[in-house]
Amino acid sequence: MLKTEELQINIGPQHPSTHGVFRLMATVDGETVVHLEPVFGYLHRNHEQLGEIWTYLQTITITDRLDYFNSMINEHGYCMTVEKLASIEVPERAEYIRVIMSELSRILNHAAAIGFWLQDMGSWGTTLMFGFRQREMIMDIFESVGGSRMMCNYMRFGGVARDLTPNLVEQINLFLEGFPQFIDDFERLMMENEILLARSRNVGVLPKELAAAYSVTGPVIRGSGIPYDIRRAEPYSIYDRFAFDIPVGSVGDVYDRFLVRMEEMRQSHRILRQAMEQLPQASGSYINQAYKAASKQQGLRLPAGEAYCRVESPKGELGYYIVSNGGNSAYRYGIRAPSLINLTALNDMCRGYTVADIVVILGSIDIVMGEVDR
Amino acid sequence: MMSKAPKDYDNMTDEEVQLELEQEGVLLSSVNKLYNWGRRSSVWPLGFGLACCAIEMISASASRYDIARFGSELFRASPRQADCMIVSGTVTKKMVPQIVRLYNQMPEPKWVISMGACATSGGPFRDGYNVVRGIDLYIPVDVYVPGCPPRPEALLHSLITVQEQIDREKIKKVRWYQKGTAVEFPVPEFGAKGLVVAGIPGVADPVGGVPQMMPFVSPALGGQGERHTDPAVLEGNVPKGLVAEIREGRAGTNLLEEHHAAT
Repeated sequence: MLKTEELQINIGPQHPSTHGVFRLMATVDGETVVHLEPVFGYLHRNHEQLGEIWTYLQTITITDRLDYFNSMINEHGYCMTVEKLASIEVPERAEYIRVIMSELSRILNHAAAIGFWLQDMGSWGTTLMFGFRQREMIMDIFESVGGSRMMCNYMRFGGVARDLTPNLVEQINLFLEGFPQFIDDFERLMMENEILLARSRNVGVLPKELAAAYSVTGPVIRGSGIPYDIRRAEPYSIYDRFAFDIPVGSVGDVYDRFLVRMEEMRQSHRILRQAMEQLPQASGSYINQAYKAASKQQGLRLPAGEAYCRVESPKGELGYYIVSNGGNSAYRYGIRAPSLINLTALNDMCRGYTVADIVVILGSIDIVMGEVDR
Repeated sequence: MMSKAPKDYDNMTDEEVQLELEQEGVLLSSVNKLYNWGRRSSVWPLGFGLACCAIEMISASASRYDIARFGSELFRASPRQADCMIVSGTVTKKMVPQIVRLYNQMPEPKWVISMGACATSGGPFRDGYNVVRGIDLYIPVDVYVPGCPPRPEALLHSLITVQEQIDREKIKKVRWYQKGTAVEFPVPEFGAKGLVVAGIPGVADPVGGVPQMMPFVSPALGGQGERHTDPAVLEGNVPKGLVAEIREGRAGTNLLEEHHAAT
């Protein structure tokens, strides 16, 4: 037996497959990963500090920039926390609009995430373009409601900024009609692909117990076989009104996470269909008008106290924690970022696999550095 | 057939003569034109995403906006093969040494696009203790793109602007063919209290203060790697009462605090 020596290699922070400015220090023995140490902080832009300086309303704008793929869900979680603290009621119609936007975000995120993941695997371009084509359609909807493609700044305390116009409802319905075709095509294109199977089956296995111990959430824990979804575990907004399934994997490998994301897109489509059907019957306005008028008069001052709210972001459980001392900005503001906590399991997922598998496994976690570093 | 009056070529500029002759069916080109045509038609960007803007950069290269129409679809992973650095997103103090190093590793000719509010000035995160207030404090920028994030069309426009700048370049005057102008930009280092830049006394970008250095002159304005000397460029970038003090050379760590205390 040849005597081998361990070697340390450095991936990032400038590397096309690290999904942002992220650095990995891998200790390898030949091709096999022995230890992997993630180094982050390259995109630490003082989110929580700014949340304590700025007013509550201003802070919505930077929650957009946390996980920049799904700004709508970030806003949703933040607004829910402030509403819980200030006991602001949200009208039914506003809740429907929020759910519609959140689920569109989920589709957008998964389409892009799968595209990036396949790109990391060597399917250069084509599959990413596939995902981005679908993303652009949702971007158009977001731009119409929020005025910006990515940073929508659409949700407000007590509802949303603008109502859905009949035109937009039509546009969303049109998107929903075309969507099953896209996902079928995508599945036919990728699901049985031999390279994909070879590179993702039994790679990066995260056993059930370990996943629970690391408290990973989102598609990572569902891929490991635990049906944990905040929308079902602690239904927020009006998620208890919709029928949808929670897909789970059986092995906990990279391929399972891919399948879970594909199925989640279908389930989001199912929720969207139901929400669009029920939207015309929803009562109330797009925003709590009484609160809106009152807050215009005297601004928003939250009562002293604390609140924690969590939503199911496409990456996992996204939690906001606000401590108020009665002023118009938070005394302490904290975020449970799903990407960061999912990332802690990376070492265990990668150990024993080859260097080439690192980027595949990293892509399957679907991290966004804006959220990891905050 | 009418005979044309003879042209007064002596009193025309080169470009006018060239245009005139092209109408007559004579095609002329200059080395300048050929060089610039080659450069402007294949500006290869560095595949380098920092934050949110990187996603719009990818959108610009996706099928809808298709940056390939402008010859820039080849995002190179290595700085050695890239011509254009798109600084796409928030630059933090932990990341800026790597960015300067990457820029130094890019071969001339090279251009820099500062994409988005963050890269240009710190953007919405400007107040943060860890955010660099404009990448032009560390490397010279050719084109600034406003927006948070800029739309892909805006990025395409910035690319067209770079191409227009390339068109104006004269081969005898470009900096990379001059003697002794190879500029290596100082890589900031982590000091005890913040970033330390060679040639700048003290902490370069103190928390709660204003940057101690001036931005680099854009190569589009004839910059050869030197910093602005007129503090007027800082106006609009810092509170009004501070500009005079910066002019007097008093810019320091506690200036902002003094300013806030006074007002």
